[in-house]
Formats: sequence, C-alpha cells, structure tokens
Amino acid sequence: MHIVAGKGGVGKSTLTAVLARAAAARGLSVLVLAVESAGPLPRLLGLDAEPGALAEPTVAPAAGLPGAVALQVLSPDRALLEYLEDHGLGGLARRLAKAQTVELVAYGAPGMKDLLVLGKIKQLERAGAAEVILVDGPASGQAIGFLRAPAALAQSARTGPIHHQAVAVLALLADPARCQVLLVATAEETPVNELVETAFALEEEVGVQLGPVAVNALHPARRLPDEDASAEAVAGLDPALAAALVHAARFRRRRQQLQADQLARLAAALPLPQLLLASRPSPELGPADVAVLAAELTDQLAAGLLSPAS
Amino acid sequence: MTDPSLDALLQRCATVACLGAGGVGKTTVAAALAVRAAQLGRRAAVVTIDPARRLADALGAGALGNAPRLVAGDWPGELWAVMLDTKATFDELVARHAADADQAARILANRFYRNVSEALAGTQEYMAMEKLYELQEEHGFDLVVVDTPPSRHALDFLRAPNQLGRLLDHRAYRLLTARGVGAAKVVNRAAQSFVRLAARAVGAEVLDDAVAFFAAFDGMEHGFRARELRARHALEGPGAAFVLVAGPRRASLEEADWLADRLGEQGISVGVLVVNRVQPSFAGGSPEALAELLAAPGPPARQELAANLAELRAAAELEAHELARLSGRRCAGGLVLRAPLFADDVHELAALERLAAALE
Repeated sequence: MHIVAGKGGVGKSTLTAVLARAAAARGLSVLVLAVESAGPLPRLLGLDAEPGALAEPTVAPAAGLPGAVALQVLSPDRALLEYLEDHGLGGLARRLAKAQTVELVAYGAPGMKDLLVLGKIKQLERAGAAEVILVDGPASGQAIGFLRAPAALAQSARTGPIHHQAVAVLALLADPARCQVLLVATAEETPVNELVETAFALEEEVGVQLGPVAVNALHPARRLPDEDASAEAVAGLDPALAAALVHAARFRRRRQQLQADQLARLAAALPLPQLLLASRPSPELGPADVAVLAAELTDQLAAGLLSPAS
Repeated sequence: MTDPSLDALLQRCATVACLGAGGVGKTTVAAALAVRAAQLGRRAAVVTIDPARRLADALGAGALGNAPRLVAGDWPGELWAVMLDTKATFDELVARHAADADQAARILANRFYRNVSEALAGTQEYMAMEKLYELQEEHGFDLVVVDTPPSRHALDFLRAPNQLGRLLDHRAYRLLTARGVGAAKVVNRAAQSFVRLAARAVGAEVLDDAVAFFAAFDGMEHGFRARELRARHALEGPGAAFVLVAGPRRASLEEADWLADRLGEQGISVGVLVVNRVQPSFAGGSPEALAELLAAPGPPARQELAANLAELRAAAELEAHELARLSGRRCAGGLVLRAPLFADDVHELAALERLAAALE
C-alpha cells in the first residue's frame, strides 16, 4: 500500500494516476483510494462517473493494459456511520445525525475521523482488495495529522474498540512491507520546504516508511547562451525582437536555476530516491498525459517500487 | 501598472477576502493587495493563514504572530501583518466571553475543547473571521485583507462558522448535558440512553470530556453567536470585496468559476478574479520576424535564443487561450486581473511591490 501526500497543487493526484497506470501496465490489479473527494482522479484515469457512484470501487477503462485500475472514494462520514452500526448504534446514530450531535462528539476524539478512514483502508488492504493499493492522501499539513491520529488515539482511548482499531492501523503504518508514504512536490521553494518538513515529521512521529519522493512538472534543461553571448547574438536584429529574445532567455535561465537548486536541496535534505516527472504542455492533464508520464517512469519504477503486496 | 479599478476597490473597501484552492498563491496575492493599499495611503492589515517561511520573515521580521505587527516600508499609509494562530484566537474568545477567570480556565484545560479548537473542520475559518472582526473593531484598520485557509472547498470560509456555531447550539448542548426546558423529561431519557451508548462507541473519557466542556461553556454560547453574527455582517456589507485567486490551468479556472457560482447563490458577487503566475509572453517584434529567425540557419547562440522564445510564446498563447475561454463567463461583473510568473519567486517586500504593480 502506498500513500501519496504533498502540498495542495503539486500534483499528488497526477502521481497517483501515473503509478496506477504503470502498475496496470505490468499486469497488476490496482485500487486507487481517495478521501472525501476524487478531485482530478476520474479525469486522469479516463473515468466518467457520477460523483456519488464512486463510493463503490469503479473500474477505469482498460486502455489495453494487462492489469486493471479501480477508483473508490472513502467518506469519513460513511466510515463513522459504519463504525457506529458495527457497535449497535446504527438506529440512534441516524436519528441524531440530523442534529449533528453524533458527529461532533465523535470528532471531539482527536483524529477519530482520520482513524476511521485509515481503518477502512486497512480493511481493504487486509482483504487483498487489489495487488497494489494507492491512497491519494491529504495535503501535507493534514497528512501529518492524518497519519498521527492512530498513535494519538491509542494513547487517549486506552481500552475498547477505538483502542483496538488504532493499534491495528498503527501496525499497518509501521510495517514497511505493507505500507509506505510517497511525498510529492514541484521543484519550488515552498513545496520542497513542506515536503522535507513532512518527511521528518512522519519519520519521527509516525514511524512510517518513506518511499521515493516525486517531483512533478519539471522542465527539460535547455541550452542557452549567457548574458554576454546573448547580447552579441542579437546584435543587428530589430531592437524589440532583440529585447524579447534576451528577456526570454534570462527568464528561462533563472527558472532553470531555481529548479536545479530545489532538486539539489531536496536531495541534500532527504537521502531518498527521486522520481522525476516532466511538465506536460496540455492545458488539462488527461489519460494520454498519464500514459506518457507512466512510460517515462518505467526505468525508475523497474527498481521494484510497484511489486504486488506479499 | 496596477489596474486603476483595483486601486479604486482597495480605496473604498474595509474588507477584502481572498478565496481559492490551495497552491495558487493566495497568501502572496493577499499580501500584495495589502502592500498596494498601504501605497495608496491606507492603514491596512493582512491576515495570513499559513505563509511560506520566507514571506512570513519578510512581513514580520521573524516575529510574525497572532498580534498585528507593523511592516517597515516606504509608503504613505501603513501595512500591518498577522499570522493567524487558530488556537490562541479561540482561547482569547473564550477568555473574552467567560463570566470569570475560573470558567475560562476550566474550558481551556478541557480535553474536548483542546481537540475541538484544533481538529474540528471549520474552526480555522471561524477564527479567521473572528480575527478580521477584531482587527476592524479594536485596531481600527481602514482595510483588512484576509487570506483564507486552503480548504478543499474555499467556501468554508463563509459556511464553516455555522458548523462551529452548531457545536455551540442550544439543542446539541442540551442533549449532551441532559438538561432542557419544556420537553425536559423526554429529552433527558433520550439523552441518557444516547450518552450510555455513545460512551461505548467513542469511549467514556471522550464523552465525559464533552459533557464537561458543555457544562463549562454554559452561558457563553450567546456571546459567541452574537459576535459571530456581527463578524459576518462585516463580510456582507458594501464595504466587503471578494477576490478569487486561481492558477492559469484549466482545472483551476473552472474551480474559480464554480466558486463564483456558489458565492452568487449566497448573494455575493466576486469583485476580482486574479489569475496568478501567468506565463509571460515576451512580446516584441513581429511573429514573422521570429519565424524567419527560426527558419534561416544562423549562429547557434541565436538559434537557441529563438527556439527558447518560440517555446515560451507558444506556452503563453496556450494559456491565454484557456484564460479567454473560461474567465469571462462567471466573473463578468467582476474584474479579471493577471499576475505574471516572475523569474524569481515572490518572497520579499520588493517582490510583493512588483507583484502589486503588475496586477493588470
């Protein structure tokens, strides 16, 4: 099981879809899980479904791949209701749900909502719902809280069903053979900062194994003359065009430098392998882009990132 | 130069709320708007939620926190900055409304309160609104620019306070503390059986804490609700403007359109859409001239420059096309501004000034 986490806007869902596609290309069955909302996943996987329909695992178009990809959206509210029903509180829970009372009490227990979602994920993992499970996880700040919830609850609820649930989930998270977290960023300062902070927090406070880090939207390095060579090269051209050529080069050089700097910072801060994904020119990423990115990652992935769960 | 309509808006408003999904640069735009207001001579404050460290340092010289700090700068007005501390703001609210120090202390020490003050969805939004209100009422700022939490659904800023408000609602409170008037007996019996069963589900300790919290909170819910209503009024009057921030990608623009629709349903019109980090087009010289350069053989350096310019222009054009297609539809009543992607990221005051000047 792999949990993908990263700051909002860096392409977590893109990575999740790319890994799903790559695994399916190797003949594996894949279950992609999202929490609360599917976001761009249906579009990336080529799935055309009503939002409500995704509460059950929905199979994405095969696209000629030997394996299969299904998408399911987990709802913390549904998980809470199921939990209460399992403990003989179903009828009462439904009546009180209108008054929002049950919710607030349950949520008053720190991280109960998160624990219930993780519990549902654990259930699916235990049941062998697919050879590879990919969880499109929360944005980084929330990822830490999300993954910390079981430990916090195991402590505060010292006995009873919550405690047992928390302990079981902790066992899953802490087992590198069963679970790892893949952090995502773009090669920019704030996303990289957050990724590094999240990595340290997860290792120290949750004890979960970190897989490779993924960096999205990378631009290919382009050869460009430096300032002096540029000035020489545009001599004699229409001044407006010359200025545009020089400014454009300066811009690209600077952005390339920033990108390289951030990749280096990331490598220096975290001794983890990096999965590098190129920027795609499309105004909106779709299954074709996902296929291209998955193919580009083949070598990087061959190193065994996506083996079926033992 | 800054769009004059934006300047006019910054001159006349008392509140500007920046909404949008995470990762689009909302905090940076909010800070830039506040800088512009200060340049226009206003006494402005910006409430940031989770600013990048360097930006926080630029605004607060390493000490940016829950109390407003004056930002040193060369402008006719003033710029103050706040980094919202959700928990501290909630604690201050409790202290403000408590009958005495003892009641406040009981609540602040309560485990259920401590969890609710951090974990319950919507608390951060509630506290952002409270901070906005506090800055206007007690610090007398001309304009407060509020960055909003990067919620999945940016509308939570407007709706979420009701969620916390429901927590403090009379009905839930009565049920949990097994008190009530009128149908007291019935309520009590239902409440007692609920309490017993709920204890089995979530643990007796959690429930005890919840009941203790509500008992301690007794009498304060009115004060909270009244203040919340006044804070919401500040966001509903003519002196309030809503700025949507989006990225230039289709998904982001569509989300902004959707948000504008939802706001419209609540009778709120979006004043400004800022499309942030737009690819610069490097205009200059005719397209034919560039095409000629590319077609004809030339020194490698020149060809590299030409290929680079062509690629960047193509990317900018693709984006501009998307922008034209989508942004006109919903935000027709409002202003649509673009902020360019700079060669360097925006982390310092000078960069914020540059961004403010480039909003057109």
